[in-house]
Amino acid sequence: MSLSPTGALRQSGNLFAMALDVVRTMPRRPFQVREFIQQAWFIASVTILPTALVSIPFGAVIALQIGSLTRQLGAQSFAGAASVLAVLREASPIVTALLIAGAGGTAICADLGARKIRDEIDAMQVLGIDPIHRLVVPRVLASMLVAVLLNGLVSVVGVAGGYFFNVVLQNGTPGAYLASFTTLAQLSDLWAAEIKALVFGAIAAIVASYKGLTAKGGPKGVGDAVNQSVVITFMLLFVTNFVMTAVYFQVVPQRG
Amino acid sequence: MGVEICVEGLTKSFGHQVIWQDVSLTLPAGEVSVLLGPSGTGKSVFLKTLVGLLKPERGSITIQGRDLTGLREHELYEVRKLFGVLFQDGALFGSMNLYDNIAFPLREHTRKPESEIRRIVLEKMDMVGLIGAEEKLPGEISGGMRKRAGLARALVLDPEIILFDEPDSGLDPVRVAYLNQLIVDLNAQIDATFLIVTHDIASARQVPDNIGLLFRRELVMFGPRERLLASDEPVVRQFLNGRMQGPIGMAEEKDAAQVEQELAQLTEAPVVREPTPRLLPGPGITRPPRWEAIARREAELRRREAADA
Repeated sequence: MSLSPTGALRQSGNLFAMALDVVRTMPRRPFQVREFIQQAWFIASVTILPTALVSIPFGAVIALQIGSLTRQLGAQSFAGAASVLAVLREASPIVTALLIAGAGGTAICADLGARKIRDEIDAMQVLGIDPIHRLVVPRVLASMLVAVLLNGLVSVVGVAGGYFFNVVLQNGTPGAYLASFTTLAQLSDLWAAEIKALVFGAIAAIVASYKGLTAKGGPKGVGDAVNQSVVITFMLLFVTNFVMTAVYFQVVPQRG
Repeated sequence: MGVEICVEGLTKSFGHQVIWQDVSLTLPAGEVSVLLGPSGTGKSVFLKTLVGLLKPERGSITIQGRDLTGLREHELYEVRKLFGVLFQDGALFGSMNLYDNIAFPLREHTRKPESEIRRIVLEKMDMVGLIGAEEKLPGEISGGMRKRAGLARALVLDPEIILFDEPDSGLDPVRVAYLNQLIVDLNAQIDATFLIVTHDIASARQVPDNIGLLFRRELVMFGPRERLLASDEPVVRQFLNGRMQGPIGMAEEKDAAQVEQELAQLTEAPVVREPTPRLLPGPGITRPPRWEAIARREAELRRREAADA
């Protein structure tokens, strides 16, 4: 990878060109159902357990912070409301992004990169099969689906973890915790988080596929591609998260 | 019947580095051609350019009246169905067994029922001698078997043009001989246009109708086998004899003065100029008229040699 400004521009241009290709190829029949199901299963199997394990301490940390803060302010009755809001709006899309990029994206990138350097991708193109249609589109869709489902999982596990820490360990009142659930958070928060997850899933899979399909220079090239794909995905996801959050606050009226 | 490939003024470079320039040649329909060249002269790049995986800077590649260099992506995918390519290591899909690998193009491109697919796949596997290895994964078999499996996959859509990227690299001499025989047999059976990229001189002497030599970023020569084998061009002689004295150096080319000195010192051993006998399709293969004619010509040559001796 060159460090010249034109090199960076060319890279991002190629990435966007491929993203457009993916969108354009998506409606083309026949849809690769088998590949889609296999990939969705695969991505789910590498992400579910780490996601659950990460979201428990995440929910706990939020509960601890909010628990002590609300006690100082004498607003214990809002502990549940605040922790639900934090988990639902920010924690779950971020955890989903980290896991989809870190576990799902790397697996996709390593797989496609290994195929690329073994000439399998070239062979596929010579056999008249478009790798974007055959390999990338099913992966992008699978990653989007799994991201949406993971986001739901993180929300549930995170809120449950928060409940456990607040009520059981910090002696909060269960009734107050549950009753305040919907004072700040609303249903549109969940929808917004799911849309975020959908976009994150797409970005992670497209960047990983792009880096994998352009890997070169033997096994080391694949390693470099995986490394770069994680870094690029993280940067893109956090920027996207900020932009989407900002837009959400402008578009959807808030409670309270 | 195979199709003709007409290459004109083709130039390819990566950044500022020119790989080869102004390459013009015509691969005659149905004939076997070999492209020779020292390592690193861009032979594989030439193959990839022919199938449109790489875009050349200048020049044209004409197949059935269409210029490949100017085609859009989806048209290119159509034209590629004319091609079968054997990559260096076979380029099999690592996650599928041999049977699924070979059936892959059929399943993707045709709506044939599974029984029909099975018949075609087993026929091609029989052609390359892989019957019994259907369930093996590419990682579990030898390099020679991977190449043959790759060849079977390339054959499965009945291509008009078959490109071989170093079919003999990494194989022992016996397997190379078998593979060469297989290539000749195939040419007699399916009549496609063959292009073999290699640096194995023995194969180049026996197998093709035409030979080309890439050196110093250009095509030094391309023509009928007899003409090249009898050529006095220093590069061609050096390469075909596999000796150190001549324009080709270890790293790159040498300077002109050194080459002349070396060639002058070279006590020219009596060079064997009569062409090596040509490899003919094996017994049991029905020879089409083209191969009948070649066989007659070969027999005539051998008779004359025997009379001279």
